[in-house]
Amino acid sequence: MKQVALEYHRSVGRYLAGRAITGTRLGGRAAGSVAAGLAPLRVVQRPDPTLPASGWTRVRPLLSGICGSDLGLLTGRNSPYLASLVSMPFVPGHEVVGETLDELDGLPRGSRVVLDSVLGCVTRGLTPCASCAAGKHGRCDNITTGHLAPGIQTGYCADTGGGWSRQFVAHRTQLHAVPDELTDEAAVLVEPLACAIHAVRRADVPTDATVLVIGAGTVGLLTVLALRAFTKAGPIMVIAKHARQRERARELGATEVIGSDRALRTLRRKTGGFVVKPEIGEEFLLGGADVSFDCTSGSGLTTATRATKAGGTVVMAGMPNTDVDLTPVWFRELTIVGGYASSGEDFPDAISLAQDAPLGGYVDAVYSLRRWSEAIQHATSAGRLGSMKVVFNPRLD
Amino acid sequence: MSRPGFVLEVDERTPALLMHQGEGFRLEKLPMGSRVIYPPESLPGLRDVDEEIRKALAAPVGRPPLSELLYAGMRLTIVFDDLSLPLPQMQTPDIRQRVIEHVLEAAAAKGVDDVELIAGNALHRRMTPAELKRTVGDRVYRSFFPHHLKNHDAEDKENLKEIGHTRHGEVVEINRRAAESDLIVYVNITLTPMSGGPKSVSVGLASYRSLKHHHNVQTLRNSKSFNDPPNSAMHHSYNRMAALLAENVNVFQIETTVNNDMFPKQMDFLNKREWEWNLKDQAAFLAVRRANELVPPAKRRQIWHRTAAPYGITGVNAGAPEDVHPITLKNVLRQQLTEVNGPSDIGIWGLPYICPYNVNSIMNPILVMSLSLGYLFNMYQNQPIVRPGGVAIFYHPVPNEFHSVHHPSYIDFFEEVLAETTDPVAIETKFEEQFATDPWYIHLYRNSYAYHGVHPLYMWYWGAHALEHLGDVIFVGGDRKTTERMGFRSASTLQDALEMARERVGSSPTITYQHTPPIAMADVR
Repeated sequence: MKQVALEYHRSVGRYLAGRAITGTRLGGRAAGSVAAGLAPLRVVQRPDPTLPASGWTRVRPLLSGICGSDLGLLTGRNSPYLASLVSMPFVPGHEVVGETLDELDGLPRGSRVVLDSVLGCVTRGLTPCASCAAGKHGRCDNITTGHLAPGIQTGYCADTGGGWSRQFVAHRTQLHAVPDELTDEAAVLVEPLACAIHAVRRADVPTDATVLVIGAGTVGLLTVLALRAFTKAGPIMVIAKHARQRERARELGATEVIGSDRALRTLRRKTGGFVVKPEIGEEFLLGGADVSFDCTSGSGLTTATRATKAGGTVVMAGMPNTDVDLTPVWFRELTIVGGYASSGEDFPDAISLAQDAPLGGYVDAVYSLRRWSEAIQHATSAGRLGSMKVVFNPRLD
Repeated sequence: MSRPGFVLEVDERTPALLMHQGEGFRLEKLPMGSRVIYPPESLPGLRDVDEEIRKALAAPVGRPPLSELLYAGMRLTIVFDDLSLPLPQMQTPDIRQRVIEHVLEAAAAKGVDDVELIAGNALHRRMTPAELKRTVGDRVYRSFFPHHLKNHDAEDKENLKEIGHTRHGEVVEINRRAAESDLIVYVNITLTPMSGGPKSVSVGLASYRSLKHHHNVQTLRNSKSFNDPPNSAMHHSYNRMAALLAENVNVFQIETTVNNDMFPKQMDFLNKREWEWNLKDQAAFLAVRRANELVPPAKRRQIWHRTAAPYGITGVNAGAPEDVHPITLKNVLRQQLTEVNGPSDIGIWGLPYICPYNVNSIMNPILVMSLSLGYLFNMYQNQPIVRPGGVAIFYHPVPNEFHSVHHPSYIDFFEEVLAETTDPVAIETKFEEQFATDPWYIHLYRNSYAYHGVHPLYMWYWGAHALEHLGDVIFVGGDRKTTERMGFRSASTLQDALEMARERVGSSPTITYQHTPPIAMADVR
């Protein structure tokens, strides 16, 4: 049997062209069109993926989200660092709510599940490395070996398929049953929420700390939610570009929402300290937030390092794809913390939190796979268009 | 003999009238029947200013001659008004320079060694060395700067001294050097009735702690107007403070007044009444307006700020502050006061490019507010030229533009505070302390050339009485977003503004245009 999927294939020319164009100011503004026109993504008829081993099941996606890292991939903005950690061609899509098509231990066929997309040692049929053994499979050292092709996650691995299709395969350890109360629209947010919880836990936010969240897309907003749920943070300041994002941030517990045009000035008023303007380059704070979360695709990292007080922490919650001057990290003795994927109890906690959180209306744009070009353009401009999460429903068409 | 001020009633023969509009101006046809308040013609200046200074120092009112107050071994502090006066700046030599030179000569003759000069800038920005030099003159500057010619620093706690409390509990705290001097000589230019007299030392040398007793919403709402001292709660507070100061420090006040020659010869048409423009004036108007439009904005601003006024000095009076000031006020009113018969539904003002706080700087939106609803609205005695609930129409582009060095807290005030509220009381309650005590603003005030953090709030309070009194405020040619942020409206033309005002004042409103500058003060009967 063959099934429809969106396939990302190797094309150095398209990758470089996309990267070159979106690297310019004008091209950056037209990133959606660039992704739609130049991305090496195509609709294909693929054979159904085969189960790699026992303990795996086929999954039929119900909804599959478009993540910032997907957009970085399609616009060529993602770092080439990751190129050797994927196998092509692959089907993107790692934010998935779906139904299982096979019986699994403790998970009957037809179960509604969400996907923890990381492909660690267990999924690869390997003896767990130290990180996987410690429950931190996001740090797995074996992501290029085992009985699967290389791939950091489902959605980047040639053997597993991905959410932007009508079927893919997943290991039992990757799947979490979805309670009946959780709608598909809320469930598709569980993976990014788990990542947000993970980033928040990585920071070890002190009680009453002043927190800055840069970016109010899905990751930023869910980070605010996680901060309120799992820390005793004090004021949470959110830098948001768009009106709808600002409303959402306040709903989720932001103390203050700051426009992106004069974020540092406003932050200084809230947290104290001085603004310093170098003769060349952007201004920075002497003072600022205790902990900053960069929830952009790296564009906010410069702001984060310049807005965090000496001795503070900068958490990279979004996949970075821009160069950044690290002088403030040295001078202000900042701690930079990476926050990749999820681990431990992040997923169960995300499922639990998603049931209570005001996430209604977050999924407000649903596309069929064949309309991928429109979907990508929409997702690239989601903030401006007032959308939070754009998803595919592979069952449409 | 100068002709007195008068009120013109617009008829079919009235030409289009000059309207200042920021760094530009235009001619505007006003509706028939509109009243136009013109100030008295510019008074003749004193012929021999130096002689008048000598006379004032030798025969002061309420004090012995200055020479008798000076003696070897004494501490003498000369304080002078900062760059907020006069407006525009006067052509050099500045009258302050001339007076200070006479005082210094007298001091030298008596062997006074310990002399300091201080700019009475209160919470205004520091004057730059070049500005100080322009004010006191090259000779004084070279002799005293930087160690003995300084700006007052209202945040230098070590160098402030609490004098005491008034009977109303107001703290009087001023510059320590001045407070501990044997004599303070205050050299003043009284441009409007608001300035000078009891205000000079009690405000010019004060700290925030002291200023907040009169620079607040309650006081300003009860200052009707703050250019009419007997009816100004703010001046009542100044008087109480000045009385306390008089018991503790010895002040010799030298007050000067200027006439209404605010624009140089080549722009003389700006000083004249429109129907009296001769061919040369009309040609000058067209040429200046065209040139003004063609010059790039930054250059245009620079030219305006470099255009100094050829003021004539109309009075030099010295002595005890409480005795000198009434004489000064009489002089000021002689030049500016015009009697008007009752208020109207609509008041119109053209706003010039300058106000006290943007000398060599940018007139930001908050300063536009303070100039319009503060300074110009309050240019009255008895009652405002607009009836309660009436409409004020101002001409200004109100660009969203700030000087980042001079007005850093203004930017935050505009972006954050006004986005939340425009209510003066709410602003005072929630934000004043934050802005007044913010260490960064204090640092910039002390070490850069920034207005104090609390200053934009004071500017907002300055318009509190007008905000309470008026039903609507419309800016002709004003940037829509900027005026909206401040709670006002903008119109493209006067016709549009009058149409908008109909909601408040009906379709046949009475209109009064207060034609200024030159400065016109209305005595509304």
